[in-house]
Amino acid sequence: MQDATREVALIEIVRVFSVIGIQSFGGGVSGWIYREAAQKRKWLTDDEFFSGLALAQAIPGVNVINLAIWIGSHLRGGAGIAAALLGLVGVPLIALSLVAAGYARWGSNRDIHMLLSGTAMAAIGMSLSMGFRTGRRAARQPVALALAAAAFVGVGVLRLPMVPVALVLAAVGALWGYLSEPA
Amino acid sequence: MNLEAVRDLLLEFTPLSLLSIGGGQSVLADVQRIVVDQHHWLTRSQFLDDFAISRASPGPNLLMIPLVGWHVAGLPGAVAAAVGMFLPSSLLFYFAARLWRRHRESHWRVILSKGLTPIAAGLVLAGPFSLLRASEASPLGWSVALLSMLVLLSTKVHPLAVLGTGAALFDLADRFGWT
Repeated sequence: MQDATREVALIEIVRVFSVIGIQSFGGGVSGWIYREAAQKRKWLTDDEFFSGLALAQAIPGVNVINLAIWIGSHLRGGAGIAAALLGLVGVPLIALSLVAAGYARWGSNRDIHMLLSGTAMAAIGMSLSMGFRTGRRAARQPVALALAAAAFVGVGVLRLPMVPVALVLAAVGALWGYLSEPA
Repeated sequence: MNLEAVRDLLLEFTPLSLLSIGGGQSVLADVQRIVVDQHHWLTRSQFLDDFAISRASPGPNLLMIPLVGWHVAGLPGAVAAAVGMFLPSSLLFYFAARLWRRHRESHWRVILSKGLTPIAAGLVLAGPFSLLRASEASPLGWSVALLSMLVLLSTKVHPLAVLGTGAALFDLADRFGWT
């Protein structure tokens, strides 16, 4: 499991992940983590990184948080997880608190409000672009396209609760995966 | 301290956490439904503001969740929202990772990733779409959202530049009375 000869200091894990966290705007964080952890520092091999990334995307949860858990646990077990999450989430939380406090103070100003509305609209566009990136591969197969459309229409258009929609679709999706991928 | 709201944040977000395939963004539509329509904790525009604030700040994009919790019930609300949304999926991932390492070549990995990825894509699109509807966006708002999407899909412009442009366009439009 743990190779003692290359044990990484906890503080180093915190530092690297806070740099990643503070520099990440609007996605693409997995790429950063790959560069910093796998390429530059050789904390894990490419193979270990990408199998963790695949799992991080398949399991529920914020992908980059899952990825931080994967790398932290690989490096230093439970303490490594805590260090990675402290860096990735803790430091950006401080930045977010500052922005939110500024907004609470000056948010009623008309210019500030306009700037924020414009930011929100651009951010919605950013989120939509992520959805299209995720869906690009799915669009090639009719069943996959139907699953994606059902999830979008159910939750986004009809505004049905996500939990039952996702559970039903996940069961259908898993069945389809099982039937169409011969062992 | 509003204990009831703190408890409800925890109870409402925990099941979402366990189903947040496709990353945090996939739960946005439902978070909005719960926070705005069901419990009336925040108005639509407060919710949209929190979304913008968290997107204009660095970090994983779901840091909006503790911010919403903060506005619902102060610090205990922020903690409850974060614990409810992040802890269950993290524990699930931790144990799944241990299994995964043990069964490297297992077939169910292929099956699950094939079956779940399209659902994730649909949910990830549903999040921002329901925000766009809730914003009662003006033609300007729709244009900024769609243009930002196209620019980000087709170029390598830094996301911050896109956010800044959207902000500047809105402020300019307001000054010239176009809104």
